[in-house]
Amino acid sequence: MSRFLELCEEVVERVPAGIEAQANIRVTRKALTRFANSFIHQNVAEDSAVVTLDLADGGRTARAATTLTDDASIERLVAAALAAVALNPVDEYWTGFAPPGEVPAVDHYDPATAAADPGDRAAVVADFIGAGGGLSAAGFCDTTEEILAVANHLGFRFEGAATSAVLDGIHQTPTSAGKAHRASRSLAALDGASVGAEAAGIARAAAGGVDVDPGSYEVVLRPNCVATIGAFVGLYAFGGKAASEGRTQVVVGEAQFDPKVSMRDDVADSAALGLPVDWEGNPKLPVDLIVDGVSRGFVHDRRTAAQMKLSSTGHGWEFSTWFGPAPTNLFIGGGDRSEEEMTASIERGLLVTEFNYCRILDPTTLYVTGLTRNGTFLIEEGKVTRPVSNLRFTESFFETLREGNVLAMGNDPRLADSEYGPRMVHAPTMHLAAWNFTGGARG
Amino acid sequence: MFDQAVAAVEGALAAGATYADARTVVTRHQRLDAADGHISRITEDEKAGVGVRALIGSSWGFFAVNDFEQARAAGERAAAIAAASARVPGQALRLADVPVVEASYATPVDVDPFSVAVSEKGDLLVELTAEMMAGKGISRTSGKLEFWDTNKWFVSSQGHRISQHIVESGGGMDALAIGEAESQVRSYPQSFGQYETGGYEVIGRWNLPGHASRVAEEAAALLSADRCPSAVTDVILEGSQLALQIHESVGHAIELDRILGWEAAFAGTSFLDLAQLGTLRYGSQLMNIQADATIPGALATFGFDDEGTPAQRVPIVSEGIWVGVLSGRDTASIAGLPPGGMVRADGFARIPMVRMTNVGLEPGPHSLEEIIADTREGILMETNRSWSIDDRRLNFQFGCEIGWEIKDGRIGRMLKNPTYTGITPRFWGSLDRLAGGDELIHWGTPNCGKGQPAQVGHTGHSAAPARFHDVRVGVLG
Repeated sequence: MSRFLELCEEVVERVPAGIEAQANIRVTRKALTRFANSFIHQNVAEDSAVVTLDLADGGRTARAATTLTDDASIERLVAAALAAVALNPVDEYWTGFAPPGEVPAVDHYDPATAAADPGDRAAVVADFIGAGGGLSAAGFCDTTEEILAVANHLGFRFEGAATSAVLDGIHQTPTSAGKAHRASRSLAALDGASVGAEAAGIARAAAGGVDVDPGSYEVVLRPNCVATIGAFVGLYAFGGKAASEGRTQVVVGEAQFDPKVSMRDDVADSAALGLPVDWEGNPKLPVDLIVDGVSRGFVHDRRTAAQMKLSSTGHGWEFSTWFGPAPTNLFIGGGDRSEEEMTASIERGLLVTEFNYCRILDPTTLYVTGLTRNGTFLIEEGKVTRPVSNLRFTESFFETLREGNVLAMGNDPRLADSEYGPRMVHAPTMHLAAWNFTGGARG
Repeated sequence: MFDQAVAAVEGALAAGATYADARTVVTRHQRLDAADGHISRITEDEKAGVGVRALIGSSWGFFAVNDFEQARAAGERAAAIAAASARVPGQALRLADVPVVEASYATPVDVDPFSVAVSEKGDLLVELTAEMMAGKGISRTSGKLEFWDTNKWFVSSQGHRISQHIVESGGGMDALAIGEAESQVRSYPQSFGQYETGGYEVIGRWNLPGHASRVAEEAAALLSADRCPSAVTDVILEGSQLALQIHESVGHAIELDRILGWEAAFAGTSFLDLAQLGTLRYGSQLMNIQADATIPGALATFGFDDEGTPAQRVPIVSEGIWVGVLSGRDTASIAGLPPGGMVRADGFARIPMVRMTNVGLEPGPHSLEEIIADTREGILMETNRSWSIDDRRLNFQFGCEIGWEIKDGRIGRMLKNPTYTGITPRFWGSLDRLAGGDELIHWGTPNCGKGQPAQVGHTGHSAAPARFHDVRVGVLG
């Protein structure tokens, strides 16, 4: 047993008998090398640990946390949690901590990534910049090692570690930008030169974009766009908070989407990243959200599960109290079409590389506004003919997945960037019959 | 607590840094949430550590630890990280001169928010959310109170020794009404809550119980209200919505690191070009914007920023002309401008970067009542519900919680789902009425995201209601 798990057990043991207690320690060793104007300008790292103590006493609950791990600070942590739990009112939805049980087996750890130094990241960045052939580059390369230990009074014990590495960058011409993004558990899997070449190719192709009129267009959305759609649908339509509050349109068992659409959350998938236990200490279980267009189920944390008289699926996260549980290892099913095949079938449409600044207008209808960014192109008579200026869209991310609007899913699913972060969603390219652009570059 | 910061700076210098600074930061944070008349969560956390920044050549290296005994080693790590950047170098960074001081600052506080019993705070939230929940047609209510107590000790290799004690308090509430395939929400004091520097007295000033029933009634009424029409018309923005408009279309656009391209890949750049500083027309003659970190009680008020520069009041837009930026010592040096004291970090574990202070609109000569009376046709929009703006801070679209039709100088029917869209300088150029007096409020925004790794900043925005003409409203999908 590691010192982290020992510390968790020690914290739990300091809580008087009869009070439910769970302690976790989350150790984060994160380093991020950031570049702009084709040089590294900010290069940061942190080595931090947070000890969190959750208590429940007759339904009264409280949480306290500290970054200080010396004896006096831990004593203060326990005292603060005890004081709070005595004052708090009863939480009618308290259902207890996780009992001893199975946690999904995952292997999302790469020792070399955990040991990566700033020179390793600088080498990847240098390759990315070099591939631009003189274009102006900006972005980041990061490596993260996360260690989590959990112990509670029921005997549940967990200890695990995960790594991740992300290379995300743009190349810029005077009139355009192109983005490429890759993420993995392993820094060695990130090929700076090929990612840089992809970004530079998009940037050059996007140079000198012209304005097109807003309106409804047939679109090919690249994986980063699709990942953002998935992230919004996962949280706002299939999140337990939306379900428990009755503000989702999802009806489990109904064919609400195109049969080509499937979404599942599965931390145990070999392509996923992260730890198999959520922020509440519950095992993160696989959940089918949509199977062949049929709505299948919601993700829950402890509270939303209790409100619906279900069990947590282990999808609590740092801010799930406020935003609700979310799928954070989301896989959007791919298809058999390449981007070129999708494009070839379009008489007039748009190819979009990335969405930017997407915000919900109504969480029930899932109307979202946002903009295109880093490479938007006009498709005419089956070919990408010219770059266009960024456009604003206002579209329902729910309705757009309805039967008939999804014309094809791509054969290229990958861990993509999304509005909610880079490590969460595997998504392919997607071909939609219609997408509502509501404003051009000039308003 | 200066000792750890000193050790970190010494470690960085010994490892080759040409300049180094360090902050020892201890933050105590408490948040209470209630929903539907019940407490849903109470958290209290304490974060403490030292973050050290080392400059070598063209790059900052930054390292943070929560183990104070590792402070000197953290300084060495920061320098090593900066040195590794030499593989992909740029032009050497220089720092603009600032006064080297030994000083301290403390937020004036009447009532220490951490001295107020959790039960008292909880009772307030339970009362608020229960009262809203009793409203007809309400599906869910929530309320929150949040407090920070932050002590910082800043040391630089140039001799700064600055301690600060910043206290921030805030909270708010909302009611949700769910109808057939739609949901409507009303919030108070604004959609994120209102936050200020100060103690528990901040909560009392906003009289949350006095607004609970109105908030619930309006949320329920919105379900049966008419939709905001699609039109080009005059828009009157209530103060908190105007505050967010300032935040998004002015505050971020004037960040010098964005203008210089340092945020290009993530947050984006800016439509502003330094060559136009002093000549570019940003808005109408009524538009006067200041970045003022000295406003008593405003959320982004402090004594010194996180690189030791004194808090300042900096003109940003003067009678519609762009005249200033938000800067730090490095970006100001590149641009040849005086440093504005606008560099802050989100806790000990993040590198300081350019952040908005209190970027606000100076008051105007009108009142909301006069503006409404002076409007033949338009829509009054209140309380932000959604916000989106492009990576150059030009093309924006905002949604509000509630709208009111204005006809012939009078408030008419309630409108739901009001949205408006525009292009930044064109929109600000259409500002033609601006309130002032006691309608000017120092709104606080506690959730400004920027940087990689992500940082959450606390910013302030003074604003009073204002009118803009010929604005596109009712944008539909």
